[in-house]
Amino acid sequence: MSGEQNTPPGSTRRRAIEYFLGGGILATFASFLYPVLRYVVPPPVADLGVNEVVAGKVGDLKPNSGAIFRFGSSPGLLILTSDGTYQALSATCTHLGCTVQYRGDLRQVWCPCHNGIYGIDGRNISGPPPKPLTAYDVHLRGDEIVVTHKREA
Amino acid sequence: MASLRNKFRLLRAARTAGLAGVIVLGACLGYGQTTNSCLDCHSAMPDPLGVTQEKFSQDIHAQKGLTCTSCHGGDASSYDPTVSMGAKAGFKGKIDRKQVPQLCAGCHSNPTYMKQYDPGLRTDQLDQYHTSVHGKRLAAGDSKVAVCVDCHSVHDIRPPSDPRSTVNPVNIATTCSRCHSDAAYMKPYGIPTDQFAKYNTSVHYQAMMVSGDLSAPTCTTCHGNHGAVPPGVDKVQNVCANCHVFQAQMYEKSSHKAAFDALGLPGCVVCHSNHGIHMPSDAMLGTGPQGVCMRCHQPGDRCDQARVKIQSGLMQLDGAITQADQTLSVAEASGMDVSEARLAQSQARDQLIKARVTIHTYQASLVDQDVQAGLKIAAKDEQAGKDAMVERNQRRIGLGICLIAIAIMLAGLWLFIRKIER
Amino acid sequence: MIAAILRWLDERLHLDDLIAPFRHKTVPVHRLTYWYFFGGITLFLFGVQVITGILLLLYYNAGANEAFESVQYIMTKVRYGWLIRSIHSWSANLMILTAFAHMFSVLFLKAYRKPRELTWVSGMLLLFLVMGFGFSGYLLPWNTLAFFATKVGTAMVGQVPIVGQPMMIFLRGGPQVTGATLIRFFGFHVAVLPGLVVVLISIHLFLVQRLGMSVPPKIEAEWVENPSARREMKFFPNFLLREMMAWYVAIGVLGALAAIFPWNLGVKADPFGSAPAGIKPEWYFLFMYQTLKVIPSKVWFVDGEVLGIVGCGLAGLLWLLLPFFDSEPPSRPKRWITGLAIFALMYVAGMSAYGFLAK
Repeated sequence: MSGEQNTPPGSTRRRAIEYFLGGGILATFASFLYPVLRYVVPPPVADLGVNEVVAGKVGDLKPNSGAIFRFGSSPGLLILTSDGTYQALSATCTHLGCTVQYRGDLRQVWCPCHNGIYGIDGRNISGPPPKPLTAYDVHLRGDEIVVTHKREA
Repeated sequence: MASLRNKFRLLRAARTAGLAGVIVLGACLGYGQTTNSCLDCHSAMPDPLGVTQEKFSQDIHAQKGLTCTSCHGGDASSYDPTVSMGAKAGFKGKIDRKQVPQLCAGCHSNPTYMKQYDPGLRTDQLDQYHTSVHGKRLAAGDSKVAVCVDCHSVHDIRPPSDPRSTVNPVNIATTCSRCHSDAAYMKPYGIPTDQFAKYNTSVHYQAMMVSGDLSAPTCTTCHGNHGAVPPGVDKVQNVCANCHVFQAQMYEKSSHKAAFDALGLPGCVVCHSNHGIHMPSDAMLGTGPQGVCMRCHQPGDRCDQARVKIQSGLMQLDGAITQADQTLSVAEASGMDVSEARLAQSQARDQLIKARVTIHTYQASLVDQDVQAGLKIAAKDEQAGKDAMVERNQRRIGLGICLIAIAIMLAGLWLFIRKIER
Repeated sequence: MIAAILRWLDERLHLDDLIAPFRHKTVPVHRLTYWYFFGGITLFLFGVQVITGILLLLYYNAGANEAFESVQYIMTKVRYGWLIRSIHSWSANLMILTAFAHMFSVLFLKAYRKPRELTWVSGMLLLFLVMGFGFSGYLLPWNTLAFFATKVGTAMVGQVPIVGQPMMIFLRGGPQVTGATLIRFFGFHVAVLPGLVVVLISIHLFLVQRLGMSVPPKIEAEWVENPSARREMKFFPNFLLREMMAWYVAIGVLGALAAIFPWNLGVKADPFGSAPAGIKPEWYFLFMYQTLKVIPSKVWFVDGEVLGIVGCGLAGLLWLLLPFFDSEPPSRPKRWITGLAIFALMYVAGMSAYGFLAK
C-alpha cells in the first residue's frame, strides 16, 4: 500500500498520514493480537478439585511393597511397610519429574532416572533429589484405602 | 333422583305393587344391598334425620360394605316402619353421645375384625380415648366433650388420608377449632379459645398450609389425637424434640434446662410460645419487643454479655451474606460469570442456619465458631464479586484502548483516502 | 523494505497479473453507493467467525456432559475466553443482520437482474447456510434455551410431508434431541457448513468480479440522460480502503458489545426438564416461528403446521428464483417485484416485532 505513493516527498502532511496509518495498524493489530495470544496459552491447570482418592483395597498390597495410584492428574505411590502401616507419597520425583517406585530390597523409595533415594516418609536421602516427596494422609474406610491431601495446619 | 324420591311416599300405601319398583330403585342407587329402606326414606328427610345416598356413599364404611343397620340396627329390607325400626329387629335409633365410643370400638377395638380391612390399623383408640381429657370428662357425665363422630364426622366418614376428611392433617386444626374456638361453648371449662387464631399465624401453619408440608405439626402432633391431653409443662421439649432434634440435644445439656426445670418453666415454650410459634428471628436475642432473653436476665450481667455477642455475631454473618449477594448480583447484572461464588454462598447460608441452631447451647464461643466459618466463606464470595467488578472495569479499559487504536486507524485511512483522491 | 519484499515476490509470482483484474474494477459512485459495503462487511464478519471459531475449538468439547462445562471454562477460566466467545456470538448475529441488509439492498437496487441471476442464487444459498450456521451453533453451548429451541426447530422439520420425518431423524441423530444431536450439529457447524460456504463464497465473489457492480436502473437512466453525471471510483484501492474503514468500525462495535454485554451462558440443558416459559427462537428465525404460530391449527382440511412449513419452504424457493421472474434490462423492470420486496421487508420486520412482543 505504502509502495505506491508518488506525492512529492517532504511534506509534513504526508508524514502525519504515515504516522496515523502506521500507528493505527500497529496499535490495532496489537490490541487484536494481545487477547488472542493470551487466549491461546492455556490457563494454569486447576487441581481438578481432587482431594481424595481410593488408592486400593486392603489386601491388594503385600507387606514391604508399593504400588502407583492415580491422584488427580499426577501419580501417587502407596506403600505398605513391613510393619503393616500404609504410607502415601507423591510419586513425582522432585529432581526431574520421573515416577518413583518402592524398592522392597532397599526398604526405600527409589527413582530409576538418576538413582535418587527417598525414605519411606518421603525425605530425600541421597542422589540428586533436591526436595522431599509430598506425603499424603492415608486412612481406611471399610476395606478401601483412602488417600487425601494433608490437612493444612 | 328427586322425582324418584317423591315416588316413595306412595310406596308405603301400595307396598306389594311397588315391590318391583323398589328393587329397581335399589339397583338404581347402586348400593351394595338390593334394598335399603332406611336411605329411601331418610334421604328425603330434613337435616337431623336426613342422610342422602350421595353423602353415605362417601363414607369409608359404606365403601367397605357396611350399611345403616351395622350401627343403628333395624331391618333395612322392610318398608314397614314398625318392622324396620322395631325393637324386634334390634333397632337402636339415634345413638346416644355417651354410647358412641363404645359403639365404634365394637369393631375398631377388635384386632381380628379390623385386620380384614387394614392389618396396619391401630385398635387402641378407645383405650387411648379413656386416658384423654375428652374421655375422662365423658365418663364423668359431661356429654359436651368430643366423641368419635365430632372429629371424624358421621355418615360421611372418610379415611384420614383423604384431603376432604375432617381429620386429614390440613383440616385437623379447623376440626378442633369448631369447639375449642367457640368461647361460649368452652366457657364452663375456663380454658383459652385463641389457640386456633394463634396457630394460624404460626410458622407451623405456614409449613402445613402454605408450603403444603403434611408432616408439619398441627394440634394432634403435640396434643395427641385419641388420647388428647395437653403435654406436661416439663415434657414439652420432648414433643418439640421429635422434629427439632439438634436444638433439643443442645438444650438438654445447657444451663437453661436445669434452671427452667427448677422453676417449672415449660422448656421451649418459654421463648418460642406454643400455639403462635413464629419464625424465629435474630431479633429474639435483642432487647426490643421481640427480645426474649431480657424477660428473665438482668442487663449487663454475664448472660447479657453473651447474648450481645451471639446476636451481633449472627447479625454480622447475615449482613455479610446479604452484602456478598448484592455484590455478586451487581457483577452478574454486568454480565460477569460468578456462578462459583454463588454456589459457595449457599455454604455460607448453611453456616448461618447452623449458628442459629447452636444458639440453643447458649454458649457464645460455640456460636462464634459457626459464625466465623460463615464469615470466611462470605468474605471470599464478596471478594469474588469485587474481583469480577475489577475485571469488568479492566475489560472496559481494554475496550477503550482498542477503540482509540481503531479511531487512529480510521483517521489514518480517511486521511490517506483524501490524499490519493485529491 | 515492504517494497523490496513486494518486488521480490512480483519477480517470481507476477503479482501484477493477479491484481490486474482488481485494478480495472470500478465501483459506480452515486447516492446509494453505501449499500455496496454490506456484502464486504458480511464477508469480513465471516472472517471474524472463522478466526474466533477456530480459537473456540481449542477449548470447546462437544458432548452432552462436557459441552456446557467447556464453554463455562472458556468464559471463566481461559484468559480472554469471554472476549472470543462473546465476539463469536455477537459477530454471528451481526453477520446475519448484514447479510439480510445486503439481500434487501440487492433486491431494492434491482441488482439481481440479468446477467446477475446466479449471483443472487448463490447469495441466497449463502444466506440459508448462514442461518444454518446460526441454528447449529446455537445448540453447541448445550444450555436449556438452546436445547428446547433445537427441539422445536427440528420438530418443525419433522412436519414436512413425506421427507420430514427422516430429515428430522437425520438432523437429531435419533428420534430425540440428545448428545448425538449435539455431536451432529457440531460436525455441521465446524466442517460441513464451512466447506459449503467457502465454495459458495468463491463462486459468489467470482461472479461479482466477473460481472462488475450493478447500477440501479433509475440511476442508470439518469446517467444515460446526462452522461456527465456518471462517476466511478477505482475498486483498488479507493473502494477497498473505505471498506476497510467499515471493517474497523465493525470490529470496534463487536469489541464494545463483547466487553459491555458479554454473551451469557444460561443454564445447562436438562433433557428431562420441562421447557422454560416463553421460549423463543433466535431473532432471525422469529418471523418464521411467528408465522407458524398465527396459522390456525386447521386450515380447511390441511394441518396448519404443515401448511405453514410447506408455505415457508415455497416462499424460500420463490425467493431463491426471484431473478427469473423479472424482465431483463433494458426494458422497464416489473413493478410487482418491488412491491413484493417491500411487502417481504414489512412482513419480516412486522412478524419479528410481533414475535418479540408476543408472549
